[in-house]
Amino acid sequence: MSSKKIRTPFGPEVARTLRAGDRVLLTGTILTGRDAAHKRLFELLQAGKPFPVDIKDMLIYYVGPSPAKPGRPIGSAGPTTSLRMDPYAPALMEAGLRGMIGKGSRAKLVKDAIVKYGGVYFAAVGGAAALIAKSIKAAKIVAYEDLGPEAIYQLEVEDFPVIVINDAEGNDLYEQGVAEYKRA
Amino acid sequence: MRVIEAGKVTEEVRRLCIEANYFLGEDMEKALREAADTEESPVGKDILGQIIENARIAREEQCPICQDTGTAVVFVELGQEVHITGGDFVTAINEGVRQGYKDGYLRKSMCHPFARKNTGDNTPAVIYTDIVPGDRLKLTVVAKGGGSENMSAVKMLTPAAGKKGVKDFVVKTVVEAGPNPCPPVVVGVGVGGTFEKTALLAKKALLREVGVHSPDPELAQMEAEVLEEINKSGVGPQGLGGRVTAMWVAIEMIPCHIASFPAAVNINCHVARHKEVVI
Repeated sequence: MSSKKIRTPFGPEVARTLRAGDRVLLTGTILTGRDAAHKRLFELLQAGKPFPVDIKDMLIYYVGPSPAKPGRPIGSAGPTTSLRMDPYAPALMEAGLRGMIGKGSRAKLVKDAIVKYGGVYFAAVGGAAALIAKSIKAAKIVAYEDLGPEAIYQLEVEDFPVIVINDAEGNDLYEQGVAEYKRA
Repeated sequence: MRVIEAGKVTEEVRRLCIEANYFLGEDMEKALREAADTEESPVGKDILGQIIENARIAREEQCPICQDTGTAVVFVELGQEVHITGGDFVTAINEGVRQGYKDGYLRKSMCHPFARKNTGDNTPAVIYTDIVPGDRLKLTVVAKGGGSENMSAVKMLTPAAGKKGVKDFVVKTVVEAGPNPCPPVVVGVGVGGTFEKTALLAKKALLREVGVHSPDPELAQMEAEVLEEINKSGVGPQGLGGRVTAMWVAIEMIPCHIASFPAAVNINCHVARHKEVVI
């Protein structure tokens, strides 16, 4: 199956060209963040304080990587379940975040925010963490080092394989895919 | 009385933590290959291929199959003729977890429930000990992922619900979990006992070799029926649509109170990891 190659970060005009079901290979810079980091970012937002990293047009990858072995940029690094970040995602998109990479369904509020802000939600293959790590060429902690695996990393990725789940038109690949294969 | 050093327990738990996270079991690899053959969805087939390739990379490069290297759940069968010496048993197990997760470059995932502060070494392990006849010590380490654990459930059914009640509960739990527990999954089911015992049975069911039915013909038939029903859902690999949502269902059952009918579903992701040793 053919894949679209996209450079990240990207703006809403690129996000709007993506459709649920598209295979995409991402190259460029992405951020990581999961439960604890999202809680902190959200609290900063509520307090009207600046973020420790610039999230404009960035993708956040929901991942808590395993420790890097010597000589490697990162350990195994597959996606974690996205729904736990649902309470925070719309506010982050309003603040400039372009999209998210994770696994599993999103709440309606998140899907609506993707349509509203011209965003995108990608899934990576959950559990394929050693394979995915091959496309991560560099990693550095840019915020919240004290959170250990939950720190915010900046990743340099090359042909990082994802699939579009929710697009800016409101489509949802999980709903479409399951409907196609459901048996009575 | 046979003497086993606590240090030996630590050494074996350390090794099992690392090996469970690097080397997927042969039963799982076989089940994944069969799933890839069965799957009709092109995307699903491709995903199963990636999952198989991922297991190969982890094995050859000796790195974690999944970044979520789990809660260390340790099942102990302690022969009543064994005397553990040179330290306390629980501390020895936790020390093995501490060393294994550090030396194996495994992720430390345990934290304070409220503050969410990481304990830093993946302890405490969750330990279950059965005292059994004999002079052997069996240790089984399960590296249990959080995503699939979160989709698990216990239900106090009423006796009137019968077999159908259990089947419906299991199918509903797995299908509603959709993409979240990283399908294709392995499903452990507990029936009977008490509120907490049925959940433990469901977890123990996940230790059974994938592809092996219950020796009880009634349960074996139920396992096959539940599996078929789950796979009609269309959830498929990673929830993107397809035929293979679950690869196996294992049911364990014991008697329960005349008023009760507890049942539990413990879901495991496609990285169903456990390793055991008999000392």
